[in-house]
Amino acid sequence: MKLHINTELLVGIVAVVLGLIAGAVLMLVGGYDPVEGYRFLFAGGLMNLERIGNTLAMATPLILTGLSVAFAFRTGLFNIGTPGQVLVGGLLATIVGLTVNIPKPLLLSLMTLTAIAGGAIWGIIPGLLKARFNVHEVVSGIMMNWIAYWITYYLVPSHFKGSYETESRQIPEAASLKVAWLTDLFAGSYINIGLFLSLVAVVIVAVILNRTVLGYQLKAVGFNRHAAEYAGISVNKNIVLSMMIAGGLSGLGGAALYTGYASSIQIGVMPSQGFDGIAVALLGATTPIGVVGAAVFFGLLQSGKGFMSAMTDIPPEIGDTIIACIIYFAATSVLIRKLIDDFKRRVAKGGK
Amino acid sequence: MWQIIVHIFPYAIAFAMPLLITSLGGLFSERSGVVNIGLEGLMVVGAFASAASTVALYPSMGAGAVWVSLLVAMAIGALFSVLHAFASVSLNANQVISGTAINMIAGALTVFLARTFTGSGNIQLTQGAPRFDVPMLVDVPVLGPLFFHQTYGTTWLILLILALGTFVLYKTPFGLRLRACGEHPHAADAAGINVFRIRYAAVMISGALAGLGGATILVTYSGEFNGSVAGMGFLALAALIFGQWKPLGILGATFFFGFAATLANASQAEPSLQVIPEVILKIFPYVVTLLALVLFSKSTQAPRASGEPFEKGKR
Repeated sequence: MKLHINTELLVGIVAVVLGLIAGAVLMLVGGYDPVEGYRFLFAGGLMNLERIGNTLAMATPLILTGLSVAFAFRTGLFNIGTPGQVLVGGLLATIVGLTVNIPKPLLLSLMTLTAIAGGAIWGIIPGLLKARFNVHEVVSGIMMNWIAYWITYYLVPSHFKGSYETESRQIPEAASLKVAWLTDLFAGSYINIGLFLSLVAVVIVAVILNRTVLGYQLKAVGFNRHAAEYAGISVNKNIVLSMMIAGGLSGLGGAALYTGYASSIQIGVMPSQGFDGIAVALLGATTPIGVVGAAVFFGLLQSGKGFMSAMTDIPPEIGDTIIACIIYFAATSVLIRKLIDDFKRRVAKGGK
Repeated sequence: MWQIIVHIFPYAIAFAMPLLITSLGGLFSERSGVVNIGLEGLMVVGAFASAASTVALYPSMGAGAVWVSLLVAMAIGALFSVLHAFASVSLNANQVISGTAINMIAGALTVFLARTFTGSGNIQLTQGAPRFDVPMLVDVPVLGPLFFHQTYGTTWLILLILALGTFVLYKTPFGLRLRACGEHPHAADAAGINVFRIRYAAVMISGALAGLGGATILVTYSGEFNGSVAGMGFLALAALIFGQWKPLGILGATFFFGFAATLANASQAEPSLQVIPEVILKIFPYVVTLLALVLFSKSTQAPRASGEPFEKGKR
């Protein structure tokens, strides 16, 4: 008897279950009731249309940052510069939204395009440095994050200050990715058309990776740089392209975050959606469809934790801790894989 | 100009020290062949351990609690880094991913614990490490006011560890083996060195030193734990590369970062610096690092096997 189970999916599910168990243990250590905690955590993300909408709105930037990390990962690159790309994308979208005065459909297109361009520029720099000078993309990505952080920190208060010192003016209704029919459909939640944009991005990335020459080359570089080079694929060109596309995806994520989910940009905060994108990509096994599943699940944890901490004494950080544990278990998936293989072998032997 | 330098020098040193010790931790880890981007998280863990133990011990021990808390921070940092060692040495997992997981766990878990035990996510220190003038030396012209005025005890401790670490790395059998594991683990293995054990030791040293780095931030200039060290761990990583994986190199790199960062903060108080926009001063260290990486790219001295899992049978 042969078992037909998708191992990647199984590994992901085991990592999630282990992460939830770790969270439960932690709640017990802190003297809380894990059953009640999880009940409110999931209820907070799912119990009515508004909360489901919020979960999806929370998942939208995560889909895009996860896709960004996953895409670069397929070319063998670690895009840790996602927070900076999100910031730059969000900042440019906000600036366009605050300053340009044209009809909503045109304005939204212009905003998303500038956000994509901004993120792409922030991604292309580490790409170029890697291709041209062999500078490790993790270090240059981190530097780019802090450069974006400080530029935002000074640019927003000096030119676009809102009612608080730490955030920009609210963008007008015409510049928001929230649209009336969608907001009404989900009983006034934060859901916005960024969700559809992110799903379009998922389809485009899936097509690029699986159905085009470009995708084939990108993956070839990821599998083995030297073999790809030998086969006549320009490694450097593909590294730059991959980082550019990855940056663009994160930039769009920034638009979805700051002009969709939120309606102003905060300074002094590195957007957590950036690093969470790494988590999403890993749990989603760096496949586009896996990214969507992982992003929705993390969006659920993120949007449910507020409700949980309001209804119980459990600190909301338990949500982030669970996500972090899941990533650790995904990182150590070698162990899980081995257990699954052993299990399959035993089943195969028993069923003979 | 001299006045400005004398004025900001103590701050620059205070800022550089946690970077330096964390960077030294990273040096041990990377020279043994394990990339540790979890330094940021290990610093957070160290800061938390130090804050919690200072607050717990202060009533009974008084000022001595600060020093005990540094030891606690090192121990907890080393313990926490075992997570990274287990994933990247025992399981051959992707070291960057494991390090990222360490960062995420540290940030979330420490605030969760702080909130559980103190009610808020922050822990305030009643008293940090005291500052003092080094007797006699402070009267030396030029150098006195720069290096021996208003110093922290932790600064001297960290410089001592740097000297000790350099000695261990270059003058002892353990150091030689550690560097061999980072350059050519298979040759080291063939020579009878237990690569796994060396790499575990190196990662745990990096955890202890990063823990001390986080604790140093807490007891010197921050005075409050809030679940983050504001990217200092990543900066330490950059200093490690900037300093070309050498102890003296990272000393220079971290002093540079200390100065650059302090200059940006001091510009609010120093009228002569206000001609330069603050944003330029703030992004200056990062841009220079990028440029330095480009300049060094030709002659890079990275440990050859850094980031590569060691598989015994692989050739």
